Amino acid sequence: MANTGWDEFEIGAMLRTFEGEAGDIAGTLQEDRHYTQNSSFTASVADWRLIKPVFNKDYCIDCQFCWVYCPDISIISRDKKMIGIDMDHCKGCGICVEVCPTNPKSLLMFPEQADEETEIARWPSKEEKEK
Amino acid sequence: MAFDKLELNEIEVWDGNYAAAQALRQAQVDVVSAYPITPSTAIVEGYAKFKSDNLVEGEFVMVESEHAAMSGCIGAAAAGGRVATATASQGLALMAETLYQASGMRLPIVLNIVNRALAAPLNVNCDHSDMYMVRDSGWIQFDAFSPQEAYDLNLIAFRVSEDHEVRLPAIVNQDGFLTSHTAQGVHTLSDDAAFNFVGEYKPMNDMLDFEHPVTHGVQTEEDWHFEHKARQHADTMNIVPGKIDEVFAEFEKLTGRKYNQVEKYNMDDADVAVVCMGTSVETAREVAGEMREKGIKAGVVGLRVVRPFPFMEIAETLKDVKAVAALDRSAPGGAAGMLFNEIAGSLFNTDSKMLLSGYIYGLGGRDLTKKHLVDLYTELQANADAGKLLTKQQQFIGVRGPKLAFL
Ligand code: SF4
Ligand code: SF4
Repeated sequence: MANTGWDEFEIGAMLRTFEGEAGDIAGTLQEDRHYTQNSSFTASVADWRLIKPVFNKDYCIDCQFCWVYCPDISIISRDKKMIGIDMDHCKGCGICVEVCPTNPKSLLMFPEQADEETEIARWPSKEEKEK
Repeated sequence: MAFDKLELNEIEVWDGNYAAAQALRQAQVDVVSAYPITPSTAIVEGYAKFKSDNLVEGEFVMVESEHAAMSGCIGAAAAGGRVATATASQGLALMAETLYQASGMRLPIVLNIVNRALAAPLNVNCDHSDMYMVRDSGWIQFDAFSPQEAYDLNLIAFRVSEDHEVRLPAIVNQDGFLTSHTAQGVHTLSDDAAFNFVGEYKPMNDMLDFEHPVTHGVQTEEDWHFEHKARQHADTMNIVPGKIDEVFAEFEKLTGRKYNQVEKYNMDDADVAVVCMGTSVETAREVAGEMREKGIKAGVVGLRVVRPFPFMEIAETLKDVKAVAALDRSAPGGAAGMLFNEIAGSLFNTDSKMLLSGYIYGLGGRDLTKKHLVDLYTELQANADAGKLLTKQQQFIGVRGPKLAFL
């Protein structure tokens, strides 16, 4: 798509999501879907991100709040379990961290260049509730 | 309630948005009524922070849309306050209806527009389609090419707009991201110097003057509408240009920074010239300098005041130039481009034999590179040498796919 001329686009800035018919997309896992090369799925917004969410499985209760609230469907969830973040489509807004209900939070924002394992190793401990 | 002053360094590293926010703070605006939109958000966000830090005395009104933002500004201005806000693109489109109310009611309001493309397709980056969209809305329009100018022109805009002979709202344009998010050294004025320059706000026929009650926004129909619009146009054409020059001159006396309605670069003996706006002016100046070394007498005309369009000065500046390119950064939608049209209008009934061509460039944030401008000047020189247009009158710069040319 990067080199497509003005005379080659579909009129109205329309993008076709899938190659051919969509079929039973709801029942197909993301990685198995036949997205087109010029759909938003292949467009990375990773370079928008200055801070990134880091996921710590140890505290996660799989409540799926982050999956529900992420505006970019960038939380990867399988069989109602949170398994990670799609770093091509996460723009680093931090909403997932805000809504995460555990104590300590299972998701925290770190600078883009931070090493995930190091950060997980020194994850904050449980916060005392203020009376 | 007393507010605190801010000690600024002589030069601060500010981007265009923050520079504009600082100018609003120093002008001690009474009401900012605003709704956020990229890339202008940081202006009102910055102002809100000044408010929370007790650096401004005025009110900050959070509203639910840009239409309401300008409506709030209009109400506050009619009530008798100094008023400002900021927007861009779709936000300005939503505001458009109220812009005509503001200018028709002759209310001095300062609006910062951080120029951005209009959807569809959705795009947050710079072009001038939003500026073009409201060009006939009766507002005075300034164009800043850099953060420094965004700061200076805001202070200047209050002065021109609030002048009792003018009383027209004013827009300060700056390029989205290219100016609004690029930090540069900005020469500052102290809070006192800036406020003294802008001056204490003196309302006229304000609604809060209970001794002399007035109605704003009246209905006129065919009896009076025409006369009001004619008056407004006459004032814009006759009074505003002189006021702008006066305020520019006073600003120069205060700061040493000289502004002109038409910013000329290498124009004294130019054979070929480009006319453009925003950040492109600086690029064009650099290329013009390089073209001079190659023996092409290249000049640049930067348009500082978009409305009222400086017809006379443009005609004077371009009268001896052989070939001129009007660079329009807005999708033309079936026309020749605003700059092309206005320049043609400036020169049509003069003796000028100038060849005018129009170029559409930079839509949705597409870069205008030095290479583009080198090619452009070369083409203009070829036209000048041939004494006629060798290409079509309207061309597109930097669009992928087969070349586009019309007319
Ligand atoms: S940071 Fe924002 S975009 Fe990224 S996963 Fe969290 S909610 Fe989604
Ligand atoms: S919101 Fe927090 S606890 Fe809930 S699934 Fe997401 S990471 Fe796990």
